[in-house]
Amino acid sequence: MSNEINVPTMASLFAEGKQPEVLFWVGCAGSFDDRAKKITKAFVKILNKANVNFAVLGTEESCTGDPAKRSGNEFLFQMQAVTNIEVLNAYDVKKVVTACPHCFNTLKNEYPSLGGSYEVVHHTQFLKQLLEEGRITMEGGKFKGKRITFHDPCYLGRANDVYEAPRELIRKLDAELVEMKSCKTRGLCCGAGGAQMFKEPEKGAKDINIERTEQALETQPDIIAAGCPFCNTMMTDGVKNKEKEASIAVMDIAELIASADDL
Amino acid sequence: MQYISQILFTLILIAGIGYFASNVKKLFRNISLGKDLDISDNKPQRWKNMAKIALGQSKMVVRPIAGFLHIIVYVGFIIINIEVLEIVIDGVFGTHRIGLQVLNASVYGFLIGSFEVLALLVLVAVIAFWIRRNVIKIKRFLSAEMTGWPKSDGNIILYFEVVLMCLFLVMNATDTTFQNLGSGNVISQFIAPLFDGMSEGSLHMIERTAWWIHIIGILVFLNYLYFSKHLHILLAFPNTYYGKLRPKGQFLNNEAVTKEVKLMMDPSADPFAAPAEDAPVPEKFGASDVTDLSWVQLLNAYTCTECGRCTSECPANITGKKLSPRKIMMDTRDRLVEVGKNIDANKGTFVPDGKQLLGDYISNEELWACTSCNACVEACPVSIDPLSIIMDMRQYLVMEQSAAPSDLNNMMGNIENNGAPWPFNQQDRLNWANES
Ligand code: SF4
Ligand code: SF4
Repeated sequence: MSNEINVPTMASLFAEGKQPEVLFWVGCAGSFDDRAKKITKAFVKILNKANVNFAVLGTEESCTGDPAKRSGNEFLFQMQAVTNIEVLNAYDVKKVVTACPHCFNTLKNEYPSLGGSYEVVHHTQFLKQLLEEGRITMEGGKFKGKRITFHDPCYLGRANDVYEAPRELIRKLDAELVEMKSCKTRGLCCGAGGAQMFKEPEKGAKDINIERTEQALETQPDIIAAGCPFCNTMMTDGVKNKEKEASIAVMDIAELIASADDL
Repeated sequence: MQYISQILFTLILIAGIGYFASNVKKLFRNISLGKDLDISDNKPQRWKNMAKIALGQSKMVVRPIAGFLHIIVYVGFIIINIEVLEIVIDGVFGTHRIGLQVLNASVYGFLIGSFEVLALLVLVAVIAFWIRRNVIKIKRFLSAEMTGWPKSDGNIILYFEVVLMCLFLVMNATDTTFQNLGSGNVISQFIAPLFDGMSEGSLHMIERTAWWIHIIGILVFLNYLYFSKHLHILLAFPNTYYGKLRPKGQFLNNEAVTKEVKLMMDPSADPFAAPAEDAPVPEKFGASDVTDLSWVQLLNAYTCTECGRCTSECPANITGKKLSPRKIMMDTRDRLVEVGKNIDANKGTFVPDGKQLLGDYISNEELWACTSCNACVEACPVSIDPLSIIMDMRQYLVMEQSAAPSDLNNMMGNIENNGAPWPFNQQDRLNWANES
């Protein structure tokens, strides 16, 4: 496994008078959270291997404002949005890819009316496209016959009707895709959305991520696949709570693909 | 004698429809207490949704058993009501089975025959519904908000249906001319023997009584709607038409806030400029009472059938939190009705009653338990959006009351200061690229 990754910034490309094919919006979790950073790197490795001409905003990126908006702080959200839109528009960004469904939803749906219209795709959609264009190939060997269940992130699935891209990628790995009893439109939340990630849950009988992990375990998976850094954290905690971390891995789709290719 | 019954019938009809109309007027008035929202976009898609979701019941069949039973009752209800047309004409003009005079006997027989079959199916379905509610005790009918009136309401509707269907069949069974016709009495011919041996006169008495109670029952039922979750049989149509077409994850941006933000970001704006003469009074951010919600959200509240499909999919509710999206809708309706009554009692103006939706009906604890997952929106068979109300109320809590849980205040402080929900420095945002 190589650790060499190449991460150009918009500022550096701009200085050379260049414009990337796509902007990779890393997001706060992808930038700072230890677990999510691994997903970010896995995705970058695939982009590097496929010779995708991309760039990140780096220190010019700031929170999209999603958790503020979902907490009810519309003012903070719009301040964040307007600031980000200024940066994005200054670089004349056309297309954005992100590995975070919350950033994806906010950039795609809530920025346009504030002056920021871009083509925004989730990384699973982007990877699927790379595959279809023959820019990446997927070797299933490593995951052949493994049971993988996919946890639908609310902000990718119900919120934006993207259900198939991640599933197609899993199938391409020659893995056995097993569905939980609540999946796709009826997928159960991991418990992190709506800014719950940043607070203690209200009192109740159980934590939501435990309920969801139990549903996942019912499918007897080798791997629980996720497409969101927050779901990933929630499911990882759930698996630990059930003391199953030795036998069941929680992995992002990008990590599955990168690892299948020994990146 | 004949005239008296015609006049009586017409008076009852006018009273029944008149009272209903006056309540419909109140309904419109109450809904328009909500804030303006322009929903004139994308009409073709809206008509399509209405046809598919309300008329075609597409969301109901997500749960096959309840969906199938519901379709029977729904189809039966609509079609059997064609019969009401005949009853009304007969009642007003003193005719008897006018249909037989204008239609060919076999066509008439076919129509009434279909109604009879449907009536039986409806009876069976309604009994199954009653068993589901009262014997099997399906969880979503047992939540805390489903006690008292909402619980009785659910059952009263079923009793109404049973009585109306039985009256319809008895009315046909005791109508000797109709029975002798030998066409259309598909079901009632098996009921007719129950009345064997009765005199012509008593049969006629029973037939007339069933006929009268049947039509009066329908008028009572019509007027019951306004007070019941059964209002959905009418409002499901406009509600699915006005339902959300944007991606479910897209929450509206508050335009009043946009104005302020633009002003702050605009370096040329003079912060000390006197507000323009016609500047509207600064709006309240978010919602603390029903009048802060949009008219669509209020229409949503009146449309809610209290089926609990939303609540049974809600991750917060499933794991024992206090939040129930159905309760959010029921509370909104209850408060709106209360506000409406207040206006009626005070000659058209609302006199503050020291109450509001927030706190008196919906608690902060419920609002903060929501993960904004959209499961409730997806589950609702009539395109209701409980999440939008939750979000508007959170907006009020945070922007007007600074009443967020302290963890969230920390998170928002971080975003404000370092552009991330955690206390990391924005300058370190690209460090991951160099870490191994
Ligand atoms: S959006 Fe909120 S209320 Fe609706 S199902 Fe999800 S957690 Fe429950
Ligand atoms: S909001 Fe919709 S799903 Fe929930 S109880 Fe009302 S009608 Fe049923």
